[in-house]
Amino acid sequence: MTQIELRGVQKYFGAVQVIKDLNLKIDDNEFIVLLGQSGCGKTTTLRAIAGLETIDGGDILIDGKPVQHLKAADRDIAMVFQSFSLYPHMSVYENIAFPLRATRKSKAEIDSEVRSVAKTLQVTDLIDKKPSALSGGDMQRVAIGRALVRRPKAMLMDEPIGALDAKLREEMRAEIKRLHIKQGSTTIYVTHDQIEAMSLADRIVIMHEGVLQQVGSPDEVYSRPANLFVAQFVGSPVMNVADAAVADKATSASVTVGGAATGFEFPHALLSKLNGHAGGKLALGIRPEGVIVRREAAEGFLPVETQIVEPLGSFDIVDLKVGSKMLRARTKSGFVSGPGEKVFVRIDPAQAHFFDTASGKSLEVRL
Amino acid sequence: MAAVTTSTERSLNKLAIVGVLIVTVIFLAPIYWIASTAFKPRNLATTIPPTVMFQPEISPFVKLFTKRSQLRTAPTPEQYAAAPWWERLVFDGGEKVVRSGRGEVQWSGYPSRFMNSLIVAITSTVLAVGMGTFTAYGFSRFKVKGEADLLFFILSTRMLPPVVVAIPMFLMYRVVGLNDTHWGLIILYTAFNLSFSVWLMKGFMDEIPKEYEEAALVDGYTRMEAFFKIVLPEAATGIAATAVFCFITAWNEYAFALIMTNRRAQTAPPFIPSQVGSGLPDWTVIAAGTFLFLLPVAIFTFLLRNHLLRGMSFGAIRK
Repeated sequence: MTQIELRGVQKYFGAVQVIKDLNLKIDDNEFIVLLGQSGCGKTTTLRAIAGLETIDGGDILIDGKPVQHLKAADRDIAMVFQSFSLYPHMSVYENIAFPLRATRKSKAEIDSEVRSVAKTLQVTDLIDKKPSALSGGDMQRVAIGRALVRRPKAMLMDEPIGALDAKLREEMRAEIKRLHIKQGSTTIYVTHDQIEAMSLADRIVIMHEGVLQQVGSPDEVYSRPANLFVAQFVGSPVMNVADAAVADKATSASVTVGGAATGFEFPHALLSKLNGHAGGKLALGIRPEGVIVRREAAEGFLPVETQIVEPLGSFDIVDLKVGSKMLRARTKSGFVSGPGEKVFVRIDPAQAHFFDTASGKSLEVRL
Repeated sequence: MAAVTTSTERSLNKLAIVGVLIVTVIFLAPIYWIASTAFKPRNLATTIPPTVMFQPEISPFVKLFTKRSQLRTAPTPEQYAAAPWWERLVFDGGEKVVRSGRGEVQWSGYPSRFMNSLIVAITSTVLAVGMGTFTAYGFSRFKVKGEADLLFFILSTRMLPPVVVAIPMFLMYRVVGLNDTHWGLIILYTAFNLSFSVWLMKGFMDEIPKEYEEAALVDGYTRMEAFFKIVLPEAATGIAATAVFCFITAWNEYAFALIMTNRRAQTAPPFIPSQVGSGLPDWTVIAAGTFLFLLPVAIFTFLLRNHLLRGMSFGAIRK
């Protein structure tokens, strides 16, 4: 049973504030992913929890007890680093046994625990090798083994598979997930890779410039982004965002983007849901799958011309010029033959997001 | 990585090998000269042209280790027959081994000077490398106020020829009673080597990723334990390279040893040439003393050669 809580955590590097008033509560057995671009403060947050960085304000609580004044060694937490995580002068066995040697365990106990962890991670055959003889994937397997062997209160992982090649990363991702389900421990995982975050996390914590942007399940951050940053950071291809003007058309609402002659048709309810923001500066956000493309003209569809077609195997991404703005749509592969084709486009109101341009905050409009 | 070598590259390679051979010969010639002289009979040591082929002898080493005096009269056949084999070698050179009243053979000054050299060089190397390693670790891992200035200050101790301070040092040592003591030389040599050791070790410490220690810290070790269990083994290469350099400096130091010591704590470098002074110089004995003096450094360097080769290429320890 381990809960970790951050209360108003602040951290400065010189004059630069790298963590700004971070509040976060992590439940027992939860798999939390800190997601953000490099330099957003996610690794610093992780290192602060581990005790490798001091904090300049706030509290870090493990199971309700403040630990910010404890040394790393006294926090009973394990950490897996992106690289340089194994000691080159020790064998795999010694590497895994190393954390246990800090405790008062007997030789026999240590041996049985090392072997059982090695078995769990399928590195038994490598146990006598030196790290330099291992592949990147096996190195990180052993590193995870070393973190697991002590049965710590919580596991911290700092881009543990970031240095591996794409194929191996996918394998290890599945393995980490399997391991978490099997062993179950509170885990905080740092990555800049949203696919990793989506596939592993119970909850994703998105950070930007030291500020927490949104905490939520992978589905929440994808389908209900709290602000423009999250909207454009999560999801690939990236969400379309365009300044929009909303007009009242008696029975419906019209949303114009890029100064186009005609607007997209939205239900009239949009106006009331925008709650007075309709006149202000608005941005429309729509994921490429929310841009619906037809070849024949139909009610509510705007005629547009295709610009660029990117075939991505299972689907195509088509750039469409709407007014002065480019909207990217996701279509079946081969749906559009090439640039310069006339097609008809509509925006699915159910998938549309509206943001206040000034604050960047989502207006939480659900249609 | 497969490299395509052209014929010009191959001939350049051959040229490089020839160059290396020439340099090697130039460097080894004096050492050969000393080694061969150490095994020559005295009358062949200074012949012109030099003698290259000769029957090697052990007599220079016997003379090196014993206290001798000139023979006024040749030994009687009984004396000669009663003497052990090594004493006859001394008789053959027109000298006799000095014995105490109870007939014990008197040693020459060489063995104790050699021991002094070992004591001073080893102790000062251990101190300089040890302190240098700790200091470098501190500079490398912690935010030290005025780090650049402090490091420059440490380096600045090497910015004048050490012998410039020899006279003041001598006067100060006389006041505090460090003249002609082991500790006197040890302190001096440690001070000379410390700046070098700090700078060299700082380079090596910077190369060791701090993740290694951080992993150990998170795993429940104190920083001290992490230092001894993780950092030191990782820095072994750097420590070995630094130790060799410090040892050679301390082992070979001549000027301060000459000024600061004369008997009890005198090291081998000032002693070996002092043998020239009395009577006709016996170059074979001097060569024998020099030859033995070369061995510890040669052995030390040979043992650590693998570390040295990696240690020389600073900044490229690991990838």
